[in-house]
Formats: sequence, structure tokens, C-alpha cells
Amino acid sequence: MNFPFSQAVNTGITPNSENTEVYAMETNRLNVYYGDFLAVKDINLKIQRQRITAIIGPSGCGKSTVLRAFNRMNELVPSARATGQVLFHGKNIYDADVDPVQVRKRVGMVFQKPNPFPKSIYENIAWGAKINGFKGGKGDLDDLVESALIGAALWDEVNDKLDQSGLSLSGGQQQRLCIARTISIKPDIILMDEPCSALDPIATLKIEQLMAILSYEYTIIIVTHNMQQAARVSDFTAFFSMDEDRAGTLMEFGETSKIFTNPTQKTTEDYITGRFG
Amino acid sequence: MNPPPFSEAADSFASNNLPRRKKLATLWQIVFQVSTIIGIIALSALLYNIINQSFGYVAIENKIDPQSLAVDGVPIEQLGKEELVLILEENVSKGKLRQLGREKPFEERSQEEMYGLVIDEVVEPQIVKTWLLSESLIQRDQIQAEMAEEYPQAELVFRSWVNKNFISSPQSSKPLFAGIRTAILGSLWTIAITILFAFPLAVGAAIYLEEYARDNWFNRLIQTNINNLAGVPSIIYGMLGLAMFVRLLEPLTSGSVFGLVDPTTANGRTILSAGLTLMLLVLPLVIINAQEAIRAVPNSLRQASLGIGATKWQTIWAHVLPNSVSGILTGTILAISRAIGETAPLVVVGASTFITFDPSSPFSKFTTLPIQIYQWTARPQDEFRNIAGAAILVLLFLLLSLNAGAILLRNRFGR
Repeated sequence: MNFPFSQAVNTGITPNSENTEVYAMETNRLNVYYGDFLAVKDINLKIQRQRITAIIGPSGCGKSTVLRAFNRMNELVPSARATGQVLFHGKNIYDADVDPVQVRKRVGMVFQKPNPFPKSIYENIAWGAKINGFKGGKGDLDDLVESALIGAALWDEVNDKLDQSGLSLSGGQQQRLCIARTISIKPDIILMDEPCSALDPIATLKIEQLMAILSYEYTIIIVTHNMQQAARVSDFTAFFSMDEDRAGTLMEFGETSKIFTNPTQKTTEDYITGRFG
Repeated sequence: MNPPPFSEAADSFASNNLPRRKKLATLWQIVFQVSTIIGIIALSALLYNIINQSFGYVAIENKIDPQSLAVDGVPIEQLGKEELVLILEENVSKGKLRQLGREKPFEERSQEEMYGLVIDEVVEPQIVKTWLLSESLIQRDQIQAEMAEEYPQAELVFRSWVNKNFISSPQSSKPLFAGIRTAILGSLWTIAITILFAFPLAVGAAIYLEEYARDNWFNRLIQTNINNLAGVPSIIYGMLGLAMFVRLLEPLTSGSVFGLVDPTTANGRTILSAGLTLMLLVLPLVIINAQEAIRAVPNSLRQASLGIGATKWQTIWAHVLPNSVSGILTGTILAISRAIGETAPLVVVGASTFITFDPSSPFSKFTTLPIQIYQWTARPQDEFRNIAGAAILVLLFLLLSLNAGAILLRNRFGR
């Protein structure tokens, strides 16, 4: 994939080079329940480092649930619980001694609806650094904000109005601000939950270009309803579907080119050719 | 089949329902307007009544003409302290003198205070008749005629019952000299204690219930109880306050655990007890309103914060509270407005009916404006109704200014 987008390869953020494993995240027989309801069943996924992995599938098949299991955001739903393993740097993030707050610092998330804080653009990014124990002067913080905004391809558009509210930006800009906020804390993995579903095609294109650039440094997992988007941006695709108990299952996982051109499963083929979903 | 001709279709648009629906809409509009108008009329009647009482002609009769007390042509307001003491000794019985001396020795009183005493005890102006504002404006001639006929000695004065003396004097058994300073101070002290305790407690409870509490039977029970407590009659809170703060926690509320020796024998019937009782009264209201405000903060904001590795408390402190503070303050304003007008629980807790000294600490005896108004309206003499009306005006003014202050505060924090 080749993007005419040379500006941002040097983002000022050093790649997480101490990380030498091939897989950024592995799940091992992951089940997620809401109360007694088994929402996703027996998920085994290996997410490659510094690649974009797309999760596609029909509505209600547990795509977002799986994504939220990767940084323990599911726990915000009181009845949710997970069994099985989600290995991150070789450690199961569901172990009793793991602090979910620490997990979320390493596994950032971008949401479906742009949700900048109702603060200034500057504060939107600086706040994350502050709560993550950022120690440095005002100048260092300025640099951090600038590099995060450059990294999210937003700097040129907002550098003269950093003190304006984040909510004053357009939807696409807001979403890139949210991405800037996420990369400012330098996570290993960025989870994206349908990041473009509330955006127009041009804003969507910008986000997709940005994702391609970010994948030089970050591992990205994106849930999307849009199969063209999955085909355009991702290196790997996981296709989810529902079994007869309405529990989400992983039907097929592999390189995007293979999934879209030569799927091994009948349901995958039906879905990507638009016969159901 | 041919489609029906256009004119038939047009007939079905112009159904004969339309006039009926318009009539119905007009009817409803009238119903809503009438209910608003009834409300406005009720409010105007209340204000009219109060203002009618608070201003108007009075006939004042002096027992002794002050001019006759003048010494060598100097009117009494210009006399020295010693001469005033002499006048007092000449005209007042020995027992009364001793009593006044016990309250505060004459040597310690200023010239002004002595002048006040002479007016009170010697001149003894008395109101023999009062008229309402409406009468004073419309029937002026009749009033003057009546004056000339029935009270030839009396002087006819147009009196505003709300005046500087009324605000700044302590209570008195004579309506002409009675003031509400102690009551205003008592109200302010009490409400300050109420806010001080109710606000943090209520916000804390609301945060717990909205952000931390799991949905189980125990928390649902708490929630149901809070909702129901908001409707409990205030006198019940008064009885709770009496049992708990006045009786049970007497050492605390009278200040004796802090080594205070109370000379006024308040025995726990103090500002602190009253403030805490009103706190109990407003807590459910403030909690419910704060919960509503916190619930109105969009979940996406919490997720955004948690998603970048903020702890729950950081999320609440930096995002949930700042975005709900204006709603929380609105609820607090409403609740405090209710508390400042409460009478029944304070009667039960033991508000003093007659005190002439200002409250000086949370451990002082107290009276409040509503208590004072209640006291005065219960008296048989006409003049007390006038000062009650004046006190109501002051209470309304106090309420409005507190609310205005709170709204300013809210607008500042809310942005």
C-alpha cells in the first residue's frame, strides 16, 4: 500500500524497539460473558506487531466485545467477565496481579464517536501525559503536544488555535485529536472501534492514511463495518460470525489479501460478497 | 382500474378533521395559559398582601411629650449621658431601674444607648392604630378625620416597617422597636452550617451511588430510601434532630467537648443542632440532584479518560465533576432555598422565641427569620402583623440574594 503522504514518517516518537516479539497480543481460548450470556466464544488470535489487523463481521457478532477485552474496557459493564487468556508481552492481562489502568496505558483506544474532552486542544493531549506521571517543564509538555499532533496529522490544522476547545473542531479533526491523545501516552497497541463510522468519506480517507503511517510504530487493531475499509487498510483480517447460540466466534483469520480473494470458509465468502450481514 | 381523480384525493387532504383539531389546539392553549395566569395571580396576591402590611400610616401616641423633658431648652437627643441618666431616674420606678442596671450598668452604656432607653422607658411611644398601605393611599382623608376624632393626642406618621432600625435592632417586645438583626444572623449562621455539611456529604454520596455502587439489592435499597426521604415532612426531621443532635450529641452540639462553658444554657439547642437538622432535611434533595447531574455526563467521556490510562478517581475528579458541577450547584441552590424558609423542624429543635443578643458561634442559641415571622404572626396585636410582613420582605430579599450569588457561582464554575 502506497500513500502519497510523506509528511509524517518522522513523528518524533521513537518506536517501541525494546519489544522484539513477533506478536503484540495473543488470545488463548478467550470467552467473554455478559451475565450468563456468552457473547464471544473461544477466540484464539495472534496479532502481529506493527501491522494493522481488521476485525469484520455482521452486527452483534462480538467484534467490539473482543476489542474491548484487549484493554479490559469491558469491565466498565458491571456484568461483564472474561475467561481464558489475553497475552500481552507474555503476560495474561486478566491475571489477578495486573492493574487494568496500566494495561490501558499500554493499549490505547480510539472510539466510534469522537470523544475529545471538553477542554482546549492542548489540554486534551497534555492531560493524558500529566496523569501518566509526565515529569518535565512546560517546554517539554509543549513538545509532547506538538509531536502527538504531528503524529496524528493534525498539527498543521490546529497549531494556531491550541487553546480552543477540542469540541470546536470538525468530526474528522476531533477523531484525529483523539488519536493524538492516544499516541501521546506512547502505547504499544492502538485499538480502534469503528473510528470512521461517524465521519464523511474525506475525513475517513485521512484517518486511513494516518493509520498506515502509524502502523510503522504501533500495532493497530481496528473493528470496522466497512469491508472496503478493511480491505484498503489492513494487513490481516479476522472474520467473526455468530454461532447458533448467538455467541460470537472467530470464523477465519489470515492475511487480508487471502481472506478477501480466497476465503476458506463459505460464510466468509458469503459475507464479503454481500450475501448476508 | 383508473386512479381516482385528483379532486377526490384533494378532498381527503382537506378532511373535515381540520377545524376540529384547530379548536382542540386552541382549547389546550387556553388551558395552559389559564394555569399560568392563576399562578401569577396567586403570587401577586401574596406580594400584595405582604407589601400592604409592610407600609402604611400609623398613629403614634407618646406617654410623655419628649419636648417636655428638654432641659434648659436643649432637646433630649442632644443631652449628655449623665443628664439622660437623671431623666431616667426621675421617671422610672426603682425596680425597673435595677433591672436595667443588671442588664448592663449605665456607666458602660453610651449616650446613644441611654437616649434609646429614655425613649423606650420614659417617652414610651405607642402605636395606637395602624392602617394598611392600600387604606393609606386611598382613604387618606378618612384616616385624618378618624385621627382627629379618636386620637387627638397622637401623631399620624407614614411608616415603612422595613427600615434601617428594623434591620439593625435586636428583638423587642414592643413592635415599634423590634428588629430582626438576631434573626438574620441566626438564619445566615444556620444556613452556612447546613451548606458546609450538606454539600460535601451529598456530593460524596452521589459520586458513590453513580460511579462506584454496583447494582445490587443493598444499593437499590439505599437509592429507594433516599428518594423517599426527599418527601418526608420536615417536622419529622425536626424530631430526629431533637433526639439526635440536641439530646444524644448534646456535649458536641453545645460545645462542651471543646471546653466551652455555655453561659446561655443552650443545652444543645444551638445553631449547630439547627444547621445539622436542616442538613438532614436537604441531603436527599441535594443527593438526588447531584446524581442526576453526574448521570448526565456522557459515558463516552469516562471511556475516553479511562482509555488513556486514567484511574477511576482521576476520571471523576478531572471530567465527571467539572462537567456536572453546574447541575450539582443548581440542585444545591434549590435545596438551600427550601432550608432557609424552614420553620417547623427548628421549632422542634428549640429555636429561641426571644433573644436579644447576636449569635457568636455555632454553639450559640439562635432564632431565624421564619421562626421570628411565625412568632409575630401568632400575636394578637395588629402591629406585629406589620413587622411580620416587613420580616417576610427581608426574608424574600435574603433568599433572592443568596440564590443570585449561587447562580453567579454556578455560571463561573459551569463554563
